[in-house]
Amino acid sequence: MNATPITDQMAPDFLLAVEGLTVSFDGFKAVDDLSFYVDENEIRVIIGPNGAGKTTVLDLICGRTKATSGSVKFKSTELTKLKEYEIVRKGVGRKFQNPSIYDDLTVFENLEISFPRGRGVLGALAFKRDAEVRERVQHVAETIFLADQLNRKAEFLSHGQKQWLEIGMLLIQDPELLMLDEPVAGMSVAERKKTAELLNTIIKDRSVIVIEHDMKFVEDIAHKVTVLHQGKILSEGSMAKVKADPKVIEVYLGH
Amino acid sequence: MQSESFTLRSKDLIGVLILAALLFVILPAILDPFRLNMVGKYLTYAFVAVGLVLCWGNAGILSLGQGVFFGLGGYCMAMYLKLESSSIEATKIQSTPGIPDFMDWNQITELPFFWVPFKSLGFSLAAVVLVPAILALIIAFALFKRRVGGVYFAIITQAMAAIVTILIVGQQGYTGGINGITDLRTLHGWDIRTDGAKTILYFVNGGLLIGCILLCQFIRRSKLGRILVAMRDKEDRVRFSGYDVASYKIFVFCFAAALAGIGGAMFTLQVGFMSPSFVGIVPSIEMVIYAAVGGRLSLLGAVYGTLLVNWAKTSFSESFPELWLFGLGGLFIAVVLLFPNGLAGLYRSYVEPRIDALFTRKRSPGADAAPGAAPTLAE
Repeated sequence: MNATPITDQMAPDFLLAVEGLTVSFDGFKAVDDLSFYVDENEIRVIIGPNGAGKTTVLDLICGRTKATSGSVKFKSTELTKLKEYEIVRKGVGRKFQNPSIYDDLTVFENLEISFPRGRGVLGALAFKRDAEVRERVQHVAETIFLADQLNRKAEFLSHGQKQWLEIGMLLIQDPELLMLDEPVAGMSVAERKKTAELLNTIIKDRSVIVIEHDMKFVEDIAHKVTVLHQGKILSEGSMAKVKADPKVIEVYLGH
Repeated sequence: MQSESFTLRSKDLIGVLILAALLFVILPAILDPFRLNMVGKYLTYAFVAVGLVLCWGNAGILSLGQGVFFGLGGYCMAMYLKLESSSIEATKIQSTPGIPDFMDWNQITELPFFWVPFKSLGFSLAAVVLVPAILALIIAFALFKRRVGGVYFAIITQAMAAIVTILIVGQQGYTGGINGITDLRTLHGWDIRTDGAKTILYFVNGGLLIGCILLCQFIRRSKLGRILVAMRDKEDRVRFSGYDVASYKIFVFCFAAALAGIGGAMFTLQVGFMSPSFVGIVPSIEMVIYAAVGGRLSLLGAVYGTLLVNWAKTSFSESFPELWLFGLGGLFIAVVLLFPNGLAGLYRSYVEPRIDALFTRKRSPGADAAPGAAPTLAE
């Protein structure tokens, strides 16, 4: 790999480019002129005190909240104009903070619904549970440690298993950008370890944005850390650099 | 997985067969034509209740305006029948012969333009399904695309029921007003007022109902059915799994409206008239109660619920007419508080396990029937 000139026209863009992103709720700027870039195959962790606007950033990227101004470009497609389901179909997956799964359906059915086929009304009517679907569900279920729970109703899973199930529902979509909001919150120590292991296996061939409070966990997985404070970037860089930043220590890590 | 869904399917089918036996063999054998016609009338409401199971039970969209769709289907049928019974010879004493009598009484001298296509039987039959579905489409599109849901949606459908009733009553010259469209005689030359015709219509009605239930079962077994349930649980998760949630809600609401329209048309045929008293808020809420009593998650339960509540209504209001509405209200409260899944829920928790146990024991004598093991009805 000889040095490729950065000015090359063909140089790959960032997978995700957030520029000047602002959203205000009744005059309060929850996210204020935010810009950051995520490379392909990068794990980016966003940290920051409560109310820093972390979850709002994910909401803006996936279309749940409409931006007041600014742009979000995913593989040079502008996302701010698209509907939520269109953003998903472009390859952006989002996990919510509280496990968001379908309690009344089985684990198999939960995963099957996320399988990216037959997403229109007629497509869903004609959808067949064929070998490809079954294999893929089985494969993902093994990855998320739920292979023996496929026929169980999702409401009977433990909290940690529900979190894994939702991660599995995203995996089956095979998104290029995966966004996880506090994936280990409320998990036991053993479950955290297993989740870190899980995240390390699923990040291959995709980029991941993670919001997390657990510093140990962040150190384990992050390539690059972005610290948010009052809707703005306070610091950005490697974990070591961010940890040494006096501004970060003052507002976040210090107490 | 495979065998479980197979078992479910055969259980569904057995349920439909039992209902078919009741409707086509048992009831006709024990009831006189008058009572059978009455059951036929009740069963037209079951179309609405079955639609509500999909729309409310599965997808979580409560509509308090299903009477509108039932009424529109009924009116489409009634308009055809009325035109047929308003031939020039039959209405020659009117100042304008050849138009329905109520128009003549209201000084209308020409058939209104929107009545003209209802001279065709084919158009009228299509309209029975399409007119309710199109109105539902307009409402659903306007509301679901704006993410109006839950109780707000229910209130708006109720307002719609009030509006449509007022419209029908107010436009007496075009709709027959508060009396509705009455004095219907023949369907394409076939007299529908005889006992024989009523019995045939009862069977046609039953056949259509069974067909609609099978169609609903197909939808519920498809991925679409599971998406409806998923949407009811976690709408956002479905949206962020790449689905346009609004289009699914629009579909199920229109589908329920079309079913209600078929019920309304069968009502008109069997009862011989259609009036705004089947369109308004009270009948719309009664239809929700049928589904609730039968079990809002069970297609067959909704049919039994409809039959039971209507049978109770007829017997009670014959003896204590002023008490009936209190009884109905009490029944609704009891269902919501004590058995939220209705008759079907009671059946599922108390009767079905015993039947399953019975079958399991028969199939494997000596072997311990493990509680909670998958029922093996269909191996």
